[in-house]
Amino acid sequence: MTAPIIHMENIKKHYGNVIALNGVTFDVRAGECHCLLGDNGAGKSTFIKTMSGVHKPTEGSITFEGKPLSFGSPRDAMEAGIATVFQDLAMIPLMSVTRNFFMGREPTKGRGIFKRFDLDTANEITMAEMRKMGINLRGPDQAVGTLSGGERQTVAIARAVYFGAKVLILDEPTSALGVRQTANVLATINRVRAQGIGVVFISHNVRHAMAVGDRFTVLNRGQTLGTATRGEINAAQLQDMMAGGQEMAELEGSLGGTI
Amino acid sequence: MSIDTLARADERIKSEPLLAKLMKRPELGAIGGVVLVTIFFMITADSTMFTLSGVMNFMTPAAQLGILGIAAALLMIGGEFDLSIGSMVAFAGMVFGVFVVNIGMPLVIAIPLTLALAAALGATNGMIVLRTGLPSFIVTLAGLFVLRGAALVGLKLFTGGSTQLRGIREAVEGDFLAPIFSGDAFGFIMRWLAEAGIVDSFKSGVPKVPGIPVEILWFIAFAAIATYILLRTPIGNWIFATGGDALAAKNSGVPVRRVKISLFMLTAIAAALVAIITVIDAGSTDARRGFMKEFEAIIAAVIGGCLLTGGYGSAIGAFFGAIIFGMVTIGLTYTRFDQDWFQVFLGAMLLLAVIFNNVIRRRVTGER
Repeated sequence: MTAPIIHMENIKKHYGNVIALNGVTFDVRAGECHCLLGDNGAGKSTFIKTMSGVHKPTEGSITFEGKPLSFGSPRDAMEAGIATVFQDLAMIPLMSVTRNFFMGREPTKGRGIFKRFDLDTANEITMAEMRKMGINLRGPDQAVGTLSGGERQTVAIARAVYFGAKVLILDEPTSALGVRQTANVLATINRVRAQGIGVVFISHNVRHAMAVGDRFTVLNRGQTLGTATRGEINAAQLQDMMAGGQEMAELEGSLGGTI
Repeated sequence: MSIDTLARADERIKSEPLLAKLMKRPELGAIGGVVLVTIFFMITADSTMFTLSGVMNFMTPAAQLGILGIAAALLMIGGEFDLSIGSMVAFAGMVFGVFVVNIGMPLVIAIPLTLALAAALGATNGMIVLRTGLPSFIVTLAGLFVLRGAALVGLKLFTGGSTQLRGIREAVEGDFLAPIFSGDAFGFIMRWLAEAGIVDSFKSGVPKVPGIPVEILWFIAFAAIATYILLRTPIGNWIFATGGDALAAKNSGVPVRRVKISLFMLTAIAAALVAIITVIDAGSTDARRGFMKEFEAIIAAVIGGCLLTGGYGSAIGAFFGAIIFGMVTIGLTYTRFDQDWFQVFLGAMLLLAVIFNNVIRRRVTGER
């Protein structure tokens, strides 16, 4: 088994007297999709923000490619190769796909005062990268605002992959999508994983997680309840763990097992 | 699902006609406006309006406003307003006048110093906006009054009680930099064209148009450079991104603060440039200089396709917006209409432009 790209050991995060994370252990290997499951308020967001350098953990250690590491800012994490696609996507609807794709990292040609944004190259790369992800754009100058939610998600993922992500953190990428778009995004995750990138897929939808996940870690009340490999566990068990066992079983009984 | 089936052309998208593509350009409204206004004056105005001297006549005020309008457009695309630029014209004019008349500086020192002072004030505006997180509308509204008042106080202080500072033309006479900031350029071409009989000349052989007023050249150069920066450089992309969504831009590595402060500095520098050009031209400066220009500049930017919400617009649009302004202000004097229709026109144009821009934005983003 390959060594993990990033290993987070016993991460704790306190906000004043509130304990948001109370000992979370999590790792990602190259070419796997590791799902982080948890209900609202379980600490998923706090945890990925720690992983992407937004927060510093109160306690615990982060090992990146075998070396201990502490991120000072999201930029550090990005440069190390940890890309995060947040729910709000960091996309600007009025700008073209190309301009969004290269926002902040524009390729240039020429030198001195003639250094300019190499739009032709940028357009070409954008079209090619999007085609790889299975999206045929009308043109590279198409505004992001005209894309569907799933397509925007794919642009964000393609952008992260193109700029050399080793670990890709996806924050609930399917939560606001329709059935077909969800399928597209899950297919995109599959492609990304096949390229040897470690994917962290955060979700509270067990079915979406089961569709692409290799390993599953459940977070509840700021703690990891354990990690299971694909095949060791079924959807119902995961659902139970996320909800905290007992009460959910009763609730589910009263609803006729429909959740 | 294989890649091929996913990537096949979407059968629900029709190929886009050229007209629809053009409809998505932000400057379309302004170009359409120029055409309409030209047709209007072709019909109603005296035919001298569209002779060479007539064109210079309306291009001169258009250029003075346009330099401000293009800077205002860039700032608006970056998501902010600057209401202090009109007052900045008065303030920078006062400072410049004091530099050359009272202190007796040569232009080579006075001009950079005036521009630098304006840039510092612009940077202060930007810093206050970023630090406090208040809307730039309010912060620069304060600047509008502060600078106008300071210009008035300064003028009285340095002239001993007058609100007008005279003697600037005499002070800069013979300065080697003066031809770049005042008068007419390319006089020799005009003389040559007059001799060849291509342009009209007086009986003495002197061309009726002695040259191209320098502000028009500044205006055209500024429009070209601003358009190039906006559309063809990474900085242009940062300006669009900053105005589109500052947080998203920041998360993607765009230096949002630097972009905004630079844009505030640019509007202030543009105001100071207009102050220098018009003050040398008039030979004096007064406290009313640049009055209401902040609104006219913003209107020119909006006519040029800038959205009030930022993130969308064009510099070349503001260029045409300013030309519409110049044509109407001057053009009405060539007609039998009352000149005061200008204000009515201004308001109507602004309203139309905003409504039109909203429609365009919906088309671009595909909203229904």
